[in-house]
Amino acid sequence: MQEALRFQPVDAEPVDHADIVVKARHLRRVAEGAARGLSLTIRGLRKAFGDNEVLRGIDLHIPAGQFVAIVGRSGCGKSTLLRLIAGLDAPTAGSIAFGEEPRAQDVRVMFQEPRLLPWARVLSNVEVGLGRQRSSADAQARAERALVEVGLGDKRGQWPSVLSGGQKQRVALARALVSQPRVLAFDEPLGALDALTRISMQQLLERVWRDQGFTAILVTHDVAEAVALADRVLVIEGGRIAEDVTIDLPRPRRRGSAELAALEGEILKHLLEGSEDTSDL
Amino acid sequence: MSLIDSLPRRKAFSSEVDAGSREENASEHKSGAPFRSHRNGNSSSAPKLPKVDGLIPWIVPLAIVLVWQLACVTGFVPSRVLPAPTDVALAGWKLLLSGELIRNIWVSFWRASIGFVIGGGIGFAFGLANGLSQLSAKLTDTTLQMVRNIPHLALIPLVILWFGIDESAKLFLVALGVFFPIYLNTLHGIRTVDPQLIEMGRIYGMTDGELFRRVIFPGALPSIFVGLRFALGIMWLTLIVAETIAASSGLGYMAMQAREFMLIDVVVLSILIYALLGKLADSASRALERLTLSWHPAFQKK
Ligand SMILES: Nc1ncnc2c1ncn2[C@@H]1O[C@H](COP(=O)(O)OP(=O)(O)O)[C@@H](O)[C@H]1O
Ligand SMILES: [Mg+2]
Repeated sequence: MQEALRFQPVDAEPVDHADIVVKARHLRRVAEGAARGLSLTIRGLRKAFGDNEVLRGIDLHIPAGQFVAIVGRSGCGKSTLLRLIAGLDAPTAGSIAFGEEPRAQDVRVMFQEPRLLPWARVLSNVEVGLGRQRSSADAQARAERALVEVGLGDKRGQWPSVLSGGQKQRVALARALVSQPRVLAFDEPLGALDALTRISMQQLLERVWRDQGFTAILVTHDVAEAVALADRVLVIEGGRIAEDVTIDLPRPRRRGSAELAALEGEILKHLLEGSEDTSDL
Repeated sequence: MSLIDSLPRRKAFSSEVDAGSREENASEHKSGAPFRSHRNGNSSSAPKLPKVDGLIPWIVPLAIVLVWQLACVTGFVPSRVLPAPTDVALAGWKLLLSGELIRNIWVSFWRASIGFVIGGGIGFAFGLANGLSQLSAKLTDTTLQMVRNIPHLALIPLVILWFGIDESAKLFLVALGVFFPIYLNTLHGIRTVDPQLIEMGRIYGMTDGELFRRVIFPGALPSIFVGLRFALGIMWLTLIVAETIAASSGLGYMAMQAREFMLIDVVVLSILIYALLGKLADSASRALERLTLSWHPAFQKK
């Protein structure tokens, strides 16, 4: 609960001021060279585990820097798709191509569990995210910057076990961000958090995404979260993309607004109908 | 330290507190936090009286010594059965002056350490190898599990036939006794490291060496310490038996000699010194544990 409150000042900034900050960040990003994100093209992607064919031909193009949310019923293959994109598993058939050949630190994943090393202090946990660059001279400074970015600058010397669930997940986010990835994949990163912490984390995700301009792929079971954050929502069903909904609403989006609720209702309706068809819920 | 404070944690770890005779098996039937917390682990006690709090564990031993002394002085317990603490202390003082005590303690300590290092080292190496390599595990684990079922003290007659009452006999027995708890708990520790953390390490580009150093070894450490503590207990036990049966020096030998000459105070002294050495070894391993596992919630000061 405290976390939610701690984030309030960010939103409570005078509107015009916040606007200037966002614009400045955006300009900086543009100046740093075309979009930092990588585009992604998936063709005929299939994945089977033995006889169980989970993905049955996914075709998808994600433009650089887009925020895509993937929803679908439990067990429909969302995590499988994400793991294929992140290169953690190999597809049975099909291809995944990035706009440019990504370096190891360009694609990062964040899971529902923070997966922090309990025996490493918060700062060293973030340094893990630097991968091969861990031994560079500015490693510590970069890790510290990433921690400040997620609002945990004062927790650098703590053991992970003393942090709250939301704080742990923010450390995991800092670890994913520290190498300045160009594609960031999230597998239900907020699934284990309480409602208030979720909302503040969603705002944090949106902020770092706008700030850093990576391509974001968010798997979630929360349709409200998907429509609040994403440029585009993909519904997976029967191993294919059943629906591709563009969310063309200005940011920051007001939770509970009529447009969001309408979109959410539409997607939910689709999901529920799908479950009646296959009736294997 | 109030009773209520200490209850929940004691309960949570109680499966490890009762140490059976084949303690090295312990880690096989527990999966959670694989080690027991410290008696003084919860520092929720009154902060105003830290010194008094530290003395509380010594009240009972002191009372026992006092009662013992009283029982002997009043003649309630004949000195043939149990000599008074003062007599034991006197016997210790005499042996100390003659240099015999130090020499025997040193011999026993040396045997214990060398045997422990050899057996523990080999057990640790096998634990690592079998935890990290499927091939190695397939090759040796079944054999080791079979050998484990032989109580190592049952080998004493055979060991005497092989080595006589030579040093190597004692070292062999201690090493063998220490091997299994270290082996089993190292193996268990490595196998139960969170696979999600290992995957995380790989995602972030750790090499095999880094993965071992930063993820697998620290993850296995709590379990390795359980093995270490069991091994220390078995180390002293084995040594006492071996020295009592077949030795020409050492604490056990000193006790057996004293028995022949009916020097009951020296017998009791030897037993007390064994207890003291055991306690010292345990304290040392706990201190090491506290030092290396400071990240673990069970070791954090609240
Ligand atoms: N490593 C695996 N081995 C076998 N089956 C798997 C594996 N991973 C996932 N599956 C199966 O693939 C299906 C989709 O799983 P997943 O992608 O995790 O679904 P979700 O959409 O809930 O994230 C499930 O039926 C699951 O049992
Ligand atoms: Mg999943």
